Amino acid sequence: MALLEIRNLHVKVENKPILNGVNLKIEPGEIHAIMGPNGSGKSTLSYVLSGRDGYQITDGEIIYNGIDLLELEPDQRAREGVFLAFQYPVEIPGVVGLTFLKTALNATRIHRGQNELDAMDFLKFVREKAQSLEIDDEMLKRFVNEGFSGGEKKRMEILQMAILQPKLAILDETDSGLDIDALQVVSKGINALRDANRGMLLITHYQRLLNYVRPDKVHVLANGRIARSGDEALAQELEEKGYAEFNVFVE
Amino acid sequence: MSSHIDTIKKSELVGDQYKYGFVTDIEVDLAPKGLNEDIVKLISHKKDEPDWMLEWRLKAYRHWLKMKPPEWQKVSFDPIDYQDAYYYAAPKSGNKPKSLDEVDPTLIETYNKLGIPLREQEVLAGVEGAPAVAVDAVFDSVSVATTYKAKLEEVGVIFCSISEAIHTYPELVKLYLGSVVPFGDNYFSALNSAVFTDGSFVYIPKGIRCPMELSTYFRINQENTGQFERTLIIADEDTHVSYLEGCTAPMRDEHQLHAAVVELIALENAEIKYSTVQNWYPGDSKGKGGIYNFVTKRGACRGDNSKISWTQVETGSAITWKYPSCILQGDNSVGEFYSIAITNNYQQADTGTKMIHIGENTKSRIISKGISAGHADQTYRGLVRMQKRAEKARNYTQCDSLLIGDTCGAHTVPYIESKNPTAQVEHEATTSRINEDQLFYCRQRGLTDEEAVSLIVNGFCREVLQTLPMEFAVEAQKLVGISLEGSVG
Ligand SMILES: Nc1ncnc2c1ncn2[C@@H]1O[C@H](COP(=O)(O)OP(=O)(O)OP(=O)(O)O)[C@@H](O)[C@H]1O
Ligand SMILES: [Mg+2]
Repeated sequence: MALLEIRNLHVKVENKPILNGVNLKIEPGEIHAIMGPNGSGKSTLSYVLSGRDGYQITDGEIIYNGIDLLELEPDQRAREGVFLAFQYPVEIPGVVGLTFLKTALNATRIHRGQNELDAMDFLKFVREKAQSLEIDDEMLKRFVNEGFSGGEKKRMEILQMAILQPKLAILDETDSGLDIDALQVVSKGINALRDANRGMLLITHYQRLLNYVRPDKVHVLANGRIARSGDEALAQELEEKGYAEFNVFVE
Repeated sequence: MSSHIDTIKKSELVGDQYKYGFVTDIEVDLAPKGLNEDIVKLISHKKDEPDWMLEWRLKAYRHWLKMKPPEWQKVSFDPIDYQDAYYYAAPKSGNKPKSLDEVDPTLIETYNKLGIPLREQEVLAGVEGAPAVAVDAVFDSVSVATTYKAKLEEVGVIFCSISEAIHTYPELVKLYLGSVVPFGDNYFSALNSAVFTDGSFVYIPKGIRCPMELSTYFRINQENTGQFERTLIIADEDTHVSYLEGCTAPMRDEHQLHAAVVELIALENAEIKYSTVQNWYPGDSKGKGGIYNFVTKRGACRGDNSKISWTQVETGSAITWKYPSCILQGDNSVGEFYSIAITNNYQQADTGTKMIHIGENTKSRIISKGISAGHADQTYRGLVRMQKRAEKARNYTQCDSLLIGDTCGAHTVPYIESKNPTAQVEHEATTSRINEDQLFYCRQRGLTDEEAVSLIVNGFCREVLQTLPMEFAVEAQKLVGISLEGSVG
């Protein structure tokens, strides 16, 4: 059974059609990359998968692990293992990062029938993951994303993924805004989570991420559809030629 | 998405099961309904009070008769029929128990249901080696349990019921009762002065730092019983005391009036920290039932370098009318007011503070966080007054309102009066709606909408929660979440 199957997905935002029949199938263990011009609907797809309000699904279906994903609330999806690393992570003033991580982890653990981690075990667990992403204690004690640099926010997203260990991870432009060293750190973090049971959807504009995290498939989203699919070579080709061949409509 | 219908169901459920909505089954001894001089005399007689106390009550009663209920606050409710309420209720058992073993087990059970933290339960249960938190349990109107008295007596701290203080320390009571809130101050303080049945009394003698947090749990237990608590705290020179007041009440249908008076007096170099978590029954999701909470709380920084700090977490009651205030008489004295007020469903709150700067170089700080959800309405009302003599006095006010949904309201009404050109007053205010991006971010990490709201609101309130003593802070954080259940969808 596929981990994720998107069939003929049509989505409107404020009555404007954004996705016009997306088909995509991800098997467990696979990493797929989605590329595409600005405004082509990549983030829209990630939000529809994670259940954000404000998207009208006019046709199609999304089957995740054999269940109808669109029937679930956003938090149910998250607890079922759908994780979104946000293109623009949100700041939550007054809420300490560690508290946030702990609340999130325990919500998921309880759902999986595991016990809540006590404070000591939790801290040990988080520190271990944080270290490999070069996140120190001081950063964990700050308020969620508040005043973080772009790169710090992205590392924090990967830390959350490492802690929550999702089945399906959607990474929306996690590589954007990273310096060369941070890109390697983040890539290492993503590769560490590569697993036979886990699927990933990487949304990116740049081939360079895919040098570190090598995808099984690469897709181009244009004009609201998957316009082309291929292997790593497709990313290379796009890097050279751009999106000219896809006749992108610009309004 | 199916969330809309779910949420309606959920919120009804929540409204129906007020977590602390139970009535303790202790027999109650009632005076007849209504209020007149005979009732005032009866209360005084039942408490075996000296003549001067009865005189004072009668003066207050006669004054009250001439007064009208205030109308300036932004809350609305049907006129209260003061003749249709009981003014005295006491547990039947009569005599005060000598130890906790003698305390009615239903009362202990009540505390259990209230989720009083284990540490304090141990104190209540008298477990050996339990931490030093003194609890003066005010059950209905009469104190039935006082613990750790001996330990406090060692250092000379007096912590007892006000009734006991009237008998045992009449000089202190005569000197200070009504000295900060005179009975004629307002309608409710006059009523309270006439019919108050019990409350707490604290005296910290010179040079003493009170060795433990003093903590009181109030409960309103008898159907239709107005509660008129009277609290008097005196911190003599060079002292420090932290006082905690926590409240919750059983579920009932008819509105209940609560009109407490709290007076604080800080002499030279004294510091009083007064923290409240108020969690009375707010009424059901349609606004039925619930407590009317009309409280007068005021502290006087009489001595130089004294400090009074109020922290309040107000989540309960159908109507809250409350302005813990500071009169900064001593030079260099400091007044603080930290407040979280949460109103949900049909709750109404008009709350804030008054900072009256009289002495030189006095400072005050006001941090108010108001959260409104459902059909609730909330007003922050704050007065900062710089009197002529208040050279170089300073005030800083920050007032933030958070709205959840679009059927609730929040209002900020600052009054600033300055008669001294060297005094500085700074006021900042914000009003915002709960951020959808934050909510979605939290839910994407597996938090339910209620957990998400609770987390975000706790973050919003952080500055105030931090001022609470540790244990209270934990309880208050939970309460923030509980109070907002059913507010999103
Ligand atoms: N709330 C909204 N209201 C109106 N239009 C919207 C809204 N959200 C998204 N859109 C539009 O939908 C289209 C797709 O946006 P989306 O963010 O999915 O693009 P993207 O592929 O992620 O682009 P980028 O590469 O720049 O991140 C854009 O034209 C955008 O303006
Ligand atoms: Mg995008």
